Amino acid sequence: MANPMTQIAAVTSMNLRSLPQRFWTSAATVVAVALVTAVLLGFLALANGFQATLSGTGTDDVAIAVREGSSGELNSVLSREQLQLIAEAPGIARGADGQPSVSGELYVVVDGKRRSTGKKGNLPFRGIGPKALETRQNITITAGRMFTPGLAEIVVGKGLVQQFEGFDLGATVHLGKTDWKIVGVFDAGGSAFESELWADIALLQSVYNRGSSVQTVRMKLTSPDALKQVQAYSRKETRLKLDVDSERAFYASQTGGISDLIFYLGWPLAIAMSFGALAGALNTMYASVDSRMREIATLRAIGFGGLPAFCGTMAEALVLAGLGGLVGAVAVYLAFDGLSAATLGGGFTQVVFAIKLSPALVLQGVILALVIGFIGGFFPALRAARAPLLAAFRA
Amino acid sequence: MSEELVKLSGVQKAYRRGKQSVPIFETLDMSIEKGAFLAIMGPSGSGKTTLLNLLGGVDRPTGGSITFQGQRVDNLSESRLAAFRAGHVGFIFQFYNLMPMLTAAQNVELPLLLTSQGSKARKERAATALQIVGLSDRAAHKPSELSGGQQQRVAIARAIVSDPELILADEPTGDLDRETANEILSMLQELNANYGKTIVMVTHDAEAARYARKTLHLDKGHFVEKDLVA
Repeated sequence: MANPMTQIAAVTSMNLRSLPQRFWTSAATVVAVALVTAVLLGFLALANGFQATLSGTGTDDVAIAVREGSSGELNSVLSREQLQLIAEAPGIARGADGQPSVSGELYVVVDGKRRSTGKKGNLPFRGIGPKALETRQNITITAGRMFTPGLAEIVVGKGLVQQFEGFDLGATVHLGKTDWKIVGVFDAGGSAFESELWADIALLQSVYNRGSSVQTVRMKLTSPDALKQVQAYSRKETRLKLDVDSERAFYASQTGGISDLIFYLGWPLAIAMSFGALAGALNTMYASVDSRMREIATLRAIGFGGLPAFCGTMAEALVLAGLGGLVGAVAVYLAFDGLSAATLGGGFTQVVFAIKLSPALVLQGVILALVIGFIGGFFPALRAARAPLLAAFRA
Repeated sequence: MSEELVKLSGVQKAYRRGKQSVPIFETLDMSIEKGAFLAIMGPSGSGKTTLLNLLGGVDRPTGGSITFQGQRVDNLSESRLAAFRAGHVGFIFQFYNLMPMLTAAQNVELPLLLTSQGSKARKERAATALQIVGLSDRAAHKPSELSGGQQQRVAIARAIVSDPELILADEPTGDLDRETANEILSMLQELNANYGKTIVMVTHDAEAARYARKTLHLDKGHFVEKDLVA
């Protein structure tokens, strides 16, 4: 008895080898599927990069406190007394100087002009004190130096420098009726801090008339578990009225919605486009089956079954769609992967992030392409399987 | 006494055209003996190709029965009918119907993919079939690199490679010049005479019919004249 796999392999091989005869229609299908995949992967890579930036921003051994009920740093106000009180909470690590690693920070929004479009965007301008770096990881000055306390000097995140003009090292910027000199550029390990400007908090409080108030308090914890101690202390101390959370949870709640928005915009758009690609795939595969109708009928007349004809057509559709998926993924990778982008994050400020195409995302894109190929090939494959044998005898 | 290969008993065949039923055969009886070389002639629409299709199990009758070596084949399932065609029938088409992407040898090997033979045995048999039709030196050529006559010879090799008892030829010389047609017909004659193949050939061409041992004329679904050629 003949091996059905031999028949299937033979018919599939014939289908694939005859592809050059249908080069242009096949190429059109590949391009249509590639476009769909590229659009989907473009959006998913944006969401992925955004998420990666946010997760890179947060750790579990740093706590952030804002005023109770505040939705973010921008609308939080904390007094110097609150800052001093929270610094006495248990579970807070101490620096080399023996003092608690607690950093009260001011957070104001300033204008910046995008390099790409020339349009304005909101930038976070953060006032920090001597303990700020104890509560952050992976901060390194990559060019220039740290600002000098008391002087109108700024260090800028490297992501911000790439995306916004006027913040290059050595430049002077006018913010809050004061001219500030850019004295350094810092790397924050790809986190959202790279989208910020940092200056001396005392000077910023003065320039922006904030007295001695701060907006957030960052605390380095002795361990992630110490968060509960700080939260318990905060609840017990009635003068505090703070919301305390881990840094990871804080940033996730701040900007997770944006990532979801990108993600949920990408899929529907890709699915809508998929219908167009599907129509193209169906058209191509029906044309392929029709152009080979006599060949298929001849094989059937010789004694080949309908299954090899079905499988051969399906294989052709899946190969074209899979190829389209790969072309789309490669195109997105070459065009966008690692590219820097900026979007509105929490607190109505810009978050600069790198577009990231992961293998898992490529897999999703290729699966979508194969689904298009499967549906686009299924009905033409049925037609091939049911090819009238009499077609072999027609002129 | 000669052995009966195919028998048609009271075969009816009608096609549906819209809501109408168009009869091709109302009652057709026919017996083909093993080793026959039969030409079937007749005007267009007389039912020649339909008869060929019924004989080869490509089409089914709407009434009556068809037996092959004493076994009914008209009521077989699709898969059994396909197996019947693969095992017992070789087809030769007017336009050769070769697979354009395959070489001559690969085209000839196709029916053997339906057998349990291994790759080496298949290739050897295909080479032998090509040798019989005198095309060993064209084995690696694709159909587009062959003349019409050569393509039809490849098709003949494909038809005989699995050693079927019955070869059905539908206007096998209809697309060829006279000289090439005669070569093809001589080859069919040789297959009949030397290899004992039973051949049924549909043709419009009286010259071609002379190569057969016997010619039957079909008109409006009936045989009108028999034994024109001995």
